[in-house]
Amino acid sequence: MNLPAIISIYKFEMARWGRTFLQSLVSPVIATSLYFVVFGAAIGSRITEIEGVPYGAFIVPGLIMLTLLTQSVANASFGIYFPRFTGTIYEHLSAPISPVEIVVGYVGAAATKSIILGLIILATAALFVPLQIDHPVWMAGFLVLTAVTFSLLGFVIGIWADGFEQLQLVPLLIITPLTFLGGTFYSLNVLPPVWQTVSLFNPVVYLVSGFRWSFYGTSDVSIEVSLVMIGLFLAICLGAVWWIFKTGYRLKS
Amino acid sequence: MPPIISVKDLSKTYGTGLSALKDINLDINKGEIFALLGPNGAGKTTLISIICGIVTPSSGSVTVGGHDIVTGYRAARSMIGLVPQELTADMFETVWTTVSFSRGLFGKWPNPVYIEKILKDLTLWDKKDSKLMTLSGGMKRRVLIAKALSHEPSILFLDEPTAGVDVELRKEMWQVVRDLRDSGVTIILTTHYIREAEDMADRIGVINKGELILVEDKHELMHKLGQKQLTLQLHEAIDTIPAELGSHDLKLGNGGSELVYTYDSQGPRTGITHLLTDLSQAGIRFKDLDTSQSSLEDIFVDLVRRDR
Repeated sequence: MNLPAIISIYKFEMARWGRTFLQSLVSPVIATSLYFVVFGAAIGSRITEIEGVPYGAFIVPGLIMLTLLTQSVANASFGIYFPRFTGTIYEHLSAPISPVEIVVGYVGAAATKSIILGLIILATAALFVPLQIDHPVWMAGFLVLTAVTFSLLGFVIGIWADGFEQLQLVPLLIITPLTFLGGTFYSLNVLPPVWQTVSLFNPVVYLVSGFRWSFYGTSDVSIEVSLVMIGLFLAICLGAVWWIFKTGYRLKS
Repeated sequence: MPPIISVKDLSKTYGTGLSALKDINLDINKGEIFALLGPNGAGKTTLISIICGIVTPSSGSVTVGGHDIVTGYRAARSMIGLVPQELTADMFETVWTTVSFSRGLFGKWPNPVYIEKILKDLTLWDKKDSKLMTLSGGMKRRVLIAKALSHEPSILFLDEPTAGVDVELRKEMWQVVRDLRDSGVTIILTTHYIREAEDMADRIGVINKGELILVEDKHELMHKLGQKQLTLQLHEAIDTIPAELGSHDLKLGNGGSELVYTYDSQGPRTGITHLLTDLSQAGIRFKDLDTSQSSLEDIFVDLVRRDR
């Protein structure tokens, strides 16, 4: 194993994150804090408890997931797209490094960044609403698994994208809507039956539901189903990455 | 001694149908400077890219230090440093960071002393904390060389390393290349400055339309293919070459005041004595003479033209 290479990529990506501190760290924290103020304090005060949880606290897992998903995708996609854009990808391709090591470096760094952000948002939320975490180990597990899975998705998008517009396309047009419609701000039980069924086709529902269960012990779908769905999505992303390196898609001619 | 790079029956056809390389067979010897010459689009960069692992070959095989570039890619690539043709760099990074990153990528643990030595050798030490975007083109080119050398490779590929580099810097860079060769590094370079290949290379390969049309020791190549010319400055200009001199390969030059005789210096007879006798008999007198040899550029242009 080329450990120095993995560490180099990881450190390089983390250093880049540090250089864009305002954009990478402060901006998402402020954005999420605004959600707490608007939905939690302003609107939330007029909404009764959902499944025994105050509305402000109810939306915390969903908001963390929202940040986790968007930041994992954004960080990983930009991380691998930028060397392609500048042409420095030639170094990765000519280095004695395996595809797995490249993925571990980039996805590891992207997942680390989004997990740190998720934890900061969790700490920020504690300032606004009373929090409880019934299953901290499961919470950490969901956090890591989701960050890794969506960082893998971001890596795939970063390879697929042919320009900055395409890089933004999937997060903006797919990830964000799916997250907003994935039970971030509401329980599926408040929807009409038809929309409850439609929602089950949204993979984010399972992430938010499972993550919320680790906080409050209540969920829209069973924890087992959530785990299976995350595992399935992880397998699909791993398969896509494997195919990219096997075929050299957008990397090698 | 076995070759350090061995290319066997290598072909590459891109998805567009372009046949970039056709059955290339080439051995590179350890410690030599090998210059790969060819017009634009001849396949030089494709060949280098395949050896370095950037492009996938359609058929054939390549070994580097005895390691197959596919099955033994780690060992093969660890030996290679590549300076690409394009000035591709992480513009927001500092010189130190980007060179250190390259070292790690190639599986070497940090060695600040070695990185410092490279940067000093390439007169980049003063710029170690500068972002690449602030550097001149020549400086960026040197940074690419520093990156390629960061993991102490035993083979260095230089793809058009002096493109866009001013004369002084170019000389400095070639000195670095000579020093590397002296330290045992094998160097494969492509260049459009054929004079540089003539000065630097031990062996020359000429590639055209994806085919390797010649591989030869530089001196032997110039010896074999180099034509000499004898220029006679005449006392009195002439309009046409007299018929009695028709058996000689003569051309009029400089408005009829010069006769240029082309001959093969390695042939059994140069024909000079015969020519001088015939000139005397024709009553043509000359006041001075001069000989010159074809440059590598002449040879290259001639080879490529013949291959069309």
